[in-house]
Amino acid sequence: MQTLLLVYLVSAFFPFLFRRKLLKFIPFFLAFVHLGSFSFFLSKVKWIADGNVLSETVAWVPQLGINFDLVLNGLSLAFALLITGTGVLVFLYAHAYMKSYKNLSVFYFYLFLFSAAMLGLVLSGNLIQLFVFWELTSYLSFLLISFFHEKETARNAAFQSLFLTGFGGLVMLGGILLLGSVIGSYSVSDWVNQSGLLKSHQFYLPGVVLIFVGVFTKSAQFPFHFWLPGAMQAPTPVSSYLHSATMVKAGIFMLALLSPVLGGTPLWTYTLSMTGAITMFLGAYFAITQTDIKAILAYTTISSLGVLVLLLGIDTALSVKAAMLFLYVHAFYKAALFMIAGFIDKKTGTRDWRNLGGLARSMPVTFVFALLASLSMAGLPPMLGFLGKELIYEAKVQSPVIAPYVLVLGVAGNALMITVALFFLYKVFLGKPKNQVEIKVKTDWAYIIGPGLLALLSLFFGLFPAVLGETIIEPALISILERDYNVELKLWHGFNTVFFLSLFTVSLGFILFYVVSRNDSVLEKWRAFNQRIFSVRFVDVFNSILKGFLDFSKRKTELVQHGYHRFYILTIFLVASIFLWYQVYVTIGWNLENIFTLRPFYVSRLVLVIILSTIFSVVSKSRMATIISMGVVGYGIALLFMYYSAIDLAITQIIVETLILVMFVLILQRLPLFARLSSRTSRIRDFFIALSFGSAMTVLALKSINVNFNHPISDYMIENSYTNAFGQNVVNVILVDFRALDTLGEVTVLVVAALGVYVLLKTRKT
Amino acid sequence: MEIILAILIGVLYTAGVYMLLRRSILKFIIGIIFLSNATNLLVFISSGIIAGKPAFVDGTTPSPNNLADPLPQALVLTAIVIGFGIVVFTLALKFKFFETTGTDDLDQLQQTDN
Repeated sequence: MQTLLLVYLVSAFFPFLFRRKLLKFIPFFLAFVHLGSFSFFLSKVKWIADGNVLSETVAWVPQLGINFDLVLNGLSLAFALLITGTGVLVFLYAHAYMKSYKNLSVFYFYLFLFSAAMLGLVLSGNLIQLFVFWELTSYLSFLLISFFHEKETARNAAFQSLFLTGFGGLVMLGGILLLGSVIGSYSVSDWVNQSGLLKSHQFYLPGVVLIFVGVFTKSAQFPFHFWLPGAMQAPTPVSSYLHSATMVKAGIFMLALLSPVLGGTPLWTYTLSMTGAITMFLGAYFAITQTDIKAILAYTTISSLGVLVLLLGIDTALSVKAAMLFLYVHAFYKAALFMIAGFIDKKTGTRDWRNLGGLARSMPVTFVFALLASLSMAGLPPMLGFLGKELIYEAKVQSPVIAPYVLVLGVAGNALMITVALFFLYKVFLGKPKNQVEIKVKTDWAYIIGPGLLALLSLFFGLFPAVLGETIIEPALISILERDYNVELKLWHGFNTVFFLSLFTVSLGFILFYVVSRNDSVLEKWRAFNQRIFSVRFVDVFNSILKGFLDFSKRKTELVQHGYHRFYILTIFLVASIFLWYQVYVTIGWNLENIFTLRPFYVSRLVLVIILSTIFSVVSKSRMATIISMGVVGYGIALLFMYYSAIDLAITQIIVETLILVMFVLILQRLPLFARLSSRTSRIRDFFIALSFGSAMTVLALKSINVNFNHPISDYMIENSYTNAFGQNVVNVILVDFRALDTLGEVTVLVVAALGVYVLLKTRKT
Repeated sequence: MEIILAILIGVLYTAGVYMLLRRSILKFIIGIIFLSNATNLLVFISSGIIAGKPAFVDGTTPSPNNLADPLPQALVLTAIVIGFGIVVFTLALKFKFFETTGTDDLDQLQQTDN
């Protein structure tokens, strides 16, 4: 399987190797790669169904106990087949759909890299690795949604989805780390083995909640659902692949993967059931008032994802079975419908159903496939969707405690789904032909083959459900439930509660459809009503939160980055002097062995002169006086150096001081007079800050003298100065021999400074 | 004597910081000079001060024990030269700045461009 992932990674770069003329073969090539891996996974079906598990491990960060684990069990096989299978069809479809656009190699690169990341995600046997792939799919989704980046709406939608899924991913990582710290491992099998420990640990609650946030953002659950309709800005192949069949199912995969570890608790059951039920209902409810057929499909996808979350939340063997079946049901019909919607868009130039009608006549084959897919979506026999819906009802009836609420929402949601499906069929394909444009589109087969195959599969598996049940659903179930479970799927279940519920739903759906389709004004009124009662739109809330956050950061930044140079410096010295005084306070017990003496007098008099000229230079109003007294300070310090055995320092100081004075005097006449710019209060404030810093430094200096090293480093230098370096002046030997590289660096600094000065003075004012 | 020198260091630091906090750029540069002088002195006296015994050796006589420590001297020497480089460069920068903008007031430098 590593080889497989590697092949995917390498193939993703192929689009860039093809010449322009060969560009149209890229999708075929990539579809072929998908087909290859699809047959690989298909060949493993029998073997996995016998209860085997294929796993590979490569050491990645063994020090942290993180390995690159690939695991192929029933669950990951079910997802892998879905990813590679729809992958083949999506790439064939993209060949036709994307033909007229630019930057195709980039598009195929992103899309194929996404397939690789998604495959890596479902094959991960390690949660850190899973997280990496999880984030990769988020980024690639961002890039694909913003593929038409010249449109502002596409950019906004892409940003929104990245922000939400990226945020959710990070939160989920927090949850993984929290729970991983309990067990000390990130391997899924270790988690499964120690699920008892996890469930009783105090980190269980925060960990699960954090993981839920990740799952809900990725799988578009209420209240994070709103990014999915926005994501419809992506090219249609992307919508049908990422945003219906695969990426949005990553959250579902995560839930299925972790349900043996974390599931079965009230927290798990209630949170997931309630969120799922609400999402299911709201998705279907909002779908009906949309006018863009892709938006209708997006909202029904949200609804279906809600169903999946709900089923995994109920967490009985039956509900998990229903979830796995519905996963396939939904992938089949939704990907097909998306592709059909894209085809209609291509053919007529519009996706608004109000401008469409009577397409059945001009697109008979497409109509048949759309009919099959819609019937599956509505959950009517003999499609696979019917089976899915029956099973879901059965699971809901069994759901503990909150069954009534779930059931009510479920019936309402399903009835709405039926209405939407019928409405879509009726408005777009039947009815009076509107005066829509008919655009000639070549290679129709490439548009139809994908949805056709998927729709026919829906029909086939609806008639022969046992094929799907025994080969794929059952192994997946065994790896989720961790025990044997016999999956039996039948089209006809007999007259029982579920059947009557189903009958009731269907009639409700038909009545609603009848009301809505008779009179267009009903929908208009409904839309207006929705806008009134749901006056707060989630997208707007998101935007205003984001804007508020940006404003907040801006204000904070302006507070700290105010632009006044002296206040920056003031802050630095204030903080520094607080720390210095704190240090003085801490080391208050040190005894200082310094005796206050004024001898020798000529030195103390020299110091007095220096201090006085320092003060004079600060308070003087004349520039010349300031500079001269500054010179006195410099020369005075040179004399101090000389007295305390530092001949070289004294020489250097005298030279430097002279040069600085010359420089000052040279440019002084070109500079303005001293102006007293700051107020009296700020001068006093500055003085006290400076005084506190200066006195702290005095104490520091006194203390530093009393710190004695056992062996000064310079002992070695004094001993070796003459014998090894042949120099009598140890300071000089240090500079040019022991620490010669430092001196080289110093010379470099001086050269750079000299160059800078030269350039600054040389360039004339322009 | 150390106490007096420590007080001198404190005075130099006080003057340096006070000058750094002025709005006039010229005073700011003078502040840098005070600050570097103060720091040089601090490093210099931190190893202990010894009068009249510079670190000179010749191979013939064994080196005496209580020579002045040459290492801080070498460090300070480097620091003096670097400090000189900084001051000269800042002065040139200041000169150019005044030529271009005609102001000596740091508060006029609030915005990045105008």
